[in-house]
Amino acid sequence: MYFSTDSKQIPKSKIPQGDLRDKWSNFKNQAKLISPNNRNKYHVIIVGTGLSGASAAASLAELGYNVSVFCFQDSPRRAHSVAAQGGVNAMKNYKNDGDSVHRMFYDTLKGGDFRAREANVFRLAECSASLIDQAVAQGVPFAREYSGYLSNRSFGGVQVSRTFYARGQTGQQLLLGTYQALMRQVKAKKITTYTRHEMLDLVLINGVAKGIIARNLDTGKITRHTANAVVLATGGFGKIYYLSTLAMGCNGSAIWRAHKKGAWMACPSWTQIHPTCLPQSGAYQSKLTLMSESLRNDGRIWVPLTRNDNRKPEDIPEEERDYYLEKKYPSYGNLAPRDIASRAAKERIDAGHGVGPLKNAVYLDFKDALANQGKATIAKKYGNLFDMYQKITGINAYNEPMKISPAAHFSMGGLWVDYELSTNIPGLFAIGEANFSDHGANRLGANSLLQACVDGYYILPQTLPHYLAQSGNPEAINKEDPAFIECEQQVTKQLEELGKINGSKTVDYFHRELGKILYDKCGLSRNEKGLIIAIEAIRNLKASFYNDLKIPSKINGINEELEKAGRVVDYLEIGELMCIDALSREESCGAHFRTEFQTNDGEAIRNDEEFKFISCWKKSDNVPLLIKEMLNFEFTKPTERSYK
Amino acid sequence: MDFKLKIWRQEQGSVKGKMMAYAVKDISPDMSFLEMLDQLNENLTLSGQSPISFDSDCREGICGQCGLFINGRAHGPRGHTSTCQLHMRSFQDGETIYIEPFRAGPFPIKKDLKVDRSALDEIIISGGYISVNTGQAPEANQTLISSDTVEAAFDAASCIGCGACVASCKNASASLFTAAKISHLAQLPQGELEHKKRTNDMVNKMDELGFGACSNTGACEIECPQGISISHIAFMNKSYLK
Repeated sequence: MYFSTDSKQIPKSKIPQGDLRDKWSNFKNQAKLISPNNRNKYHVIIVGTGLSGASAAASLAELGYNVSVFCFQDSPRRAHSVAAQGGVNAMKNYKNDGDSVHRMFYDTLKGGDFRAREANVFRLAECSASLIDQAVAQGVPFAREYSGYLSNRSFGGVQVSRTFYARGQTGQQLLLGTYQALMRQVKAKKITTYTRHEMLDLVLINGVAKGIIARNLDTGKITRHTANAVVLATGGFGKIYYLSTLAMGCNGSAIWRAHKKGAWMACPSWTQIHPTCLPQSGAYQSKLTLMSESLRNDGRIWVPLTRNDNRKPEDIPEEERDYYLEKKYPSYGNLAPRDIASRAAKERIDAGHGVGPLKNAVYLDFKDALANQGKATIAKKYGNLFDMYQKITGINAYNEPMKISPAAHFSMGGLWVDYELSTNIPGLFAIGEANFSDHGANRLGANSLLQACVDGYYILPQTLPHYLAQSGNPEAINKEDPAFIECEQQVTKQLEELGKINGSKTVDYFHRELGKILYDKCGLSRNEKGLIIAIEAIRNLKASFYNDLKIPSKINGINEELEKAGRVVDYLEIGELMCIDALSREESCGAHFRTEFQTNDGEAIRNDEEFKFISCWKKSDNVPLLIKEMLNFEFTKPTERSYK
Repeated sequence: MDFKLKIWRQEQGSVKGKMMAYAVKDISPDMSFLEMLDQLNENLTLSGQSPISFDSDCREGICGQCGLFINGRAHGPRGHTSTCQLHMRSFQDGETIYIEPFRAGPFPIKKDLKVDRSALDEIIISGGYISVNTGQAPEANQTLISSDTVEAAFDAASCIGCGACVASCKNASASLFTAAKISHLAQLPQGELEHKKRTNDMVNKMDELGFGACSNTGACEIECPQGISISHIAFMNKSYLK
């Protein structure tokens, strides 16, 4: 057996009492507070300075807590939230198109295939409106109508327009807003920044998170940092697939090290494969570039009806084109949710209808939109995306269709957290993409920026002080505590051992091999046989890694290969757990599509009877232990997810 | 495609650096410039040599972490393109390519092609924000902003903070970076109130950090991957002198 189940342990989700609409208010009304003059006595460490980390840091510092933030980039402004393009969802009903908090809640819950907590998802929708107010006050230049009012557009998986956007650079603008808020608190001396630092391990004293061990990436120096609480805001680990839409440095190390110290990982196999990325063009590639899903508002997706059709797109007449999303899902059409759009593309590509030199893409065609709306309108909406497309491919998409393909993108899985965003380790919190929460088994477009910001600006600044207030007077934590010394010795030893292997293959070789196994066997679709093969293959790859890795240069200084090696060590372990997680869930839901569980026409078959739970994985000496957090749908009725 | 490369190698900031020659073969024209360096690094690693240090992260032209001086130009030969978005099809087969770090006094070299640009963060810390606390913002649509105004502010706000403006300026001036932030925030009603103080603080900080003055040569605008206009510098100067 690859895992065992612990049915005795019941995760405490700490969902507050009351009606769905009252739960968050009830929490806030009952939360313990710390008076302003005492907040200065507490110190919080936040790892990661993307939207969730920077917004949490700025908000806690504004309240009066002392905060240290860590990021591996040279500036907090470069965290990968910066790359999100399309927009951020919020319930403002500015379009008067029938939107409401409840509808947004329901869309998100349904989009995630009823595999998220109702209370969390409702709170996400409830807090969404405030985020737009906050960002506008910070100077985020969201798109406006000529009247001066904010503009909206629509995204996949919904039938209303609730997405706010700043050209195709929404993530950049939101991140700059929160980075500037962070920097304001640096000036106020409430935040200390540790850039070019990577967390190597979490330190627990008597089972409570009390600090981290970090490595200065410029000097190689390993340092101890103490705190009254630690927050992981480190984003997702989609880069585990090697080719992904994520930045080169994105990794799963901090959450995995926390997992090895006892924090549960939840649903690690739920990785979103994004439908609108640029296709792979060669074996040398380091990443795949995402094009905003908003393009699907006006672009029509099609493939040639005939297999292996080598004609140019303009030579293929209308009647020989297969607009497969519009045909299969008439009510949502090209705006079908991401998991469905990705799978439909893969299905067409696998059936021999793919286009492009490697036959690995589908067309995203703006011909009709350009004819109906004119080039100027399309350029205003998506101009920078068209420019980006041309830079990368050398092709002008105003003249011919874009070629797009699915690519690994967002981790819905991550550290398990309760309603208060606390992991099962006291004092350790996880926010944004680093936790598993809110998106269920599939994330709707434009909800990631929202969840990251809401966690950081609104939730954590209420729940973390509640934890601190409950934990009594702040004690001084000693850096010389044996827990810190031992932890530092262990990570130092690990780095030294990696440096000593002196084999014949680079870190990237192992990362690429792992990526291929995962994409093939634990990607867009999975099955029992493939997952078992993958687990064995990953174990073999891991053994080979420790025999044959080559790290150049000395380890005490700038050494990018060593940085990458540390991350691949963790990826190899995460990859195995991803496959075990996928193997354990004998149903199809959201991004998790088990080929054994599908209807005759290829739609996912969910099994609520047996799998209406969040899989929490606990590390054990033998095989991983599965602990189930049962989901209770008190206010909704999970239905078959149809977008037809 | 095959290329000869002349690359700046420097073990650390405190030791002398020099140009070293390398060669790469069988490069696809669709490869990005950084992927070409990845391939070189993989070969260097396997042959027991130290790989070349350079910065990059998103590789989508938006994080601003990459930035190389290529054949004497920040981010290379293409206009409005960051190094990670530069593809080898922009070069001739067999060409010799010179690769150096962004050079400026306030950007000390860390190793090889990697420089320390934290001075740009220092400028933002000095005042590059709107002073609003979390959770107290008014309803967003109460502040009406015309579409043209927001688009103009956006043109300035799209700065990625890569430092190409500094590196391409003969005075190593950070005027375009600083002016872009000042102009972004001042054009919006939310940022107008702190405008004067923000400008003074940021300009003074820029001087204090050792960045040079602007002498209007316009190289920054030409090399800026986002095409940010030097008219923002005039706007900043006017505000500063008010």
